[in-house]
Amino acid sequence: MIVADRKSLAEIQDMVKKYNKILVVGCKGCVTVCNVGGLKEVQILASSLRIGRKKDNHPMEVDEQVLERQCDPEYVEQLKDDVDCYDAVISMACGVGPQFLSEAYPDQRFYPAVNTTSFGGAVAHGVWEERCAGCGTCVIHYFDGMCPIARCSKSLLNGPCGGSDNGKCEISKEVDCIWDKIVRKKMEQGRIEDILDVVPPKDWSTGGHGGPRRSIREELIRNE
Amino acid sequence: MNNLKSGSNLEKVLKAGHFAFTGELGPPRGTDVEVVKEKAKYLKKNVDAVNITDNQTAMVRMSSWAASLILIQEGLEPNFQMVCRDRNRLAMQADILGASAHGIRNMLCLSGDHQKFGDHPTAKGVFDIDSLQLIKMVKTMRDEGKFLSDAELEGIPKIFIGAAANPFAEPFEWRVHRLAKKVSAGVDFIQTQCIYNMEKFREFIKQANDMGLTEKVYILAGVTPMKSVGMAKYMKNKVPGMDVPDEIIKRLQGAGKGKVADEGIKFACEQVEEFKGMKGVHGVHMMAIEWEHMVPEIAERAGVLPRPQV
Amino acid sequence: MSETFEPTIIAFCCKYCAYAAADLAGSMRLSYPSNVKISQVPCTGRVDIVHLLRAIEDGADGVYVAGCLEGDCHFVSGNLKARKRVEYVKRTLEELGIEPERVEMFNLSSAMGPRFAETANEMTEKIRNLGPSPVKINRAA
Repeated sequence: MIVADRKSLAEIQDMVKKYNKILVVGCKGCVTVCNVGGLKEVQILASSLRIGRKKDNHPMEVDEQVLERQCDPEYVEQLKDDVDCYDAVISMACGVGPQFLSEAYPDQRFYPAVNTTSFGGAVAHGVWEERCAGCGTCVIHYFDGMCPIARCSKSLLNGPCGGSDNGKCEISKEVDCIWDKIVRKKMEQGRIEDILDVVPPKDWSTGGHGGPRRSIREELIRNE
Repeated sequence: MNNLKSGSNLEKVLKAGHFAFTGELGPPRGTDVEVVKEKAKYLKKNVDAVNITDNQTAMVRMSSWAASLILIQEGLEPNFQMVCRDRNRLAMQADILGASAHGIRNMLCLSGDHQKFGDHPTAKGVFDIDSLQLIKMVKTMRDEGKFLSDAELEGIPKIFIGAAANPFAEPFEWRVHRLAKKVSAGVDFIQTQCIYNMEKFREFIKQANDMGLTEKVYILAGVTPMKSVGMAKYMKNKVPGMDVPDEIIKRLQGAGKGKVADEGIKFACEQVEEFKGMKGVHGVHMMAIEWEHMVPEIAERAGVLPRPQV
Repeated sequence: MSETFEPTIIAFCCKYCAYAAADLAGSMRLSYPSNVKISQVPCTGRVDIVHLLRAIEDGADGVYVAGCLEGDCHFVSGNLKARKRVEYVKRTLEELGIEPERVEMFNLSSAMGPRFAETANEMTEKIRNLGPSPVKINRAA
């Protein structure tokens, strides 16, 4: 799912320093799964903000809410009766959420509480890693189920480069060299020929370099 | 010698069957051309061609093509380098055309160290195409007269295409296949990472010979003389992809105070001697970084002077 | 007036160890300050970050979580989770400019009546020295 990390308290406090009554709204989607913007995290952030303002003798009212998702108009709509009674709203959803909210409620101010980072999954309890870069042309099957675009620091299609060290990427010992893994797997499975041909240059236009993307399901579009 | 791909000095030396000897020079971190000319002075007539690095370790320096032009003015032949980190395929093709138009004839196609290592770690790393794709692109421009987009070129670049090889990276069994991949992409010459583990290198070259690769590509073995025990230890522990056996460190330590650098040169000369007779090795690439003034002495002691005039 | 300041301290005590130790301290006639308000939980693993933050928000001068000795948690690892949460709250308090020592974690067994009294005394003394919670001072203003 989409992985995000919460912004620092200092940054969030700065966003709302002028306000006296705000709403913190979470999302039951991806940010709940990666424990950064679900109900619990909304409560923690709200309480932290209230404590900070009480301490500064400048109390702020902070209400708490969670939507099923912030990326669907049906759920965003559920805020319509409440949204106007706040000076500002903090969204704990991924980058999509606050934008959908902003569009639905143009007169209100929306602030992002998290920095959205990547498409990833849980590799251990409490640890999420990037697996997909959203390049729009998935070719993981050529690399035995591993994506070099997302997981190689240089997005090489004909890797590895000369910098890998003991299976780790040159940029950090914490980062695996995905090409080391790909090559080893191919060797183990006796499929080294798969990676002997030069993979041609990538079409980056599907990966966001061709402009903002749009996905359409023709069969679902209603002509009203 | 009509069927030359680029007509460069390096190409001619190798084609004539001579043992090639190339050097290296890092451009300045500013506009000071005197620094380039000073270093070039030591290399002139002592090497067949000089590598001009391209924002090495992601530290911004004068462009490789610009410094290469200065070298041509000084009467030396540059090995222009291009990394995949800083340019997209449009800029790359444009620079290749420009370089060739200005008389640059050798080009090394490299991935490039990650921008994180350099002085602009927050920059966007381009990596539009990788080194293999770059090799193939240059070959297509030169041999088919076409852009990567398949459109016709008006005027064809004459480039002798080079690339790097690291026989010491893991997994070892893959390295010769990677070399084969570069050969099939169209590379003309290879410079290896600097070698200290001679046994491992002999194994690598044997594999390359067995695969017939050494008949399709010229291989220059990389040599960097050790200046100090500290340098040896640093390279062993801090530089990725570098294989420095303990015997080398012991040998340097045993040399005695003030004699370590000399011992380092001695070892380098022994290596050059062995490479001269090694099947599959066509020359040596000497990387005496920030030690350019020692190149004349090293070249003399290594017995590679005078350089052939072709 | 700091001389007359009497801190309010909330203690989340697990039923199996800390609360039992508190009971034992009582039967041993060991005194500990009435500043400490005990709240029993089945396991300290039940205590979440929000509970600790809300206690501070509502004006507690100090909060602590008392659970079984590490390795002996009645529910295996509830006390380990509690410790991580206490660490999180300490970091949050620091970011807010509040002394992280106002929130603590203690481990003890049900037989350690004296230790319970000791920690209650220590915490009360420490908080008395730190003074009223900055959240509370301003609330009164």
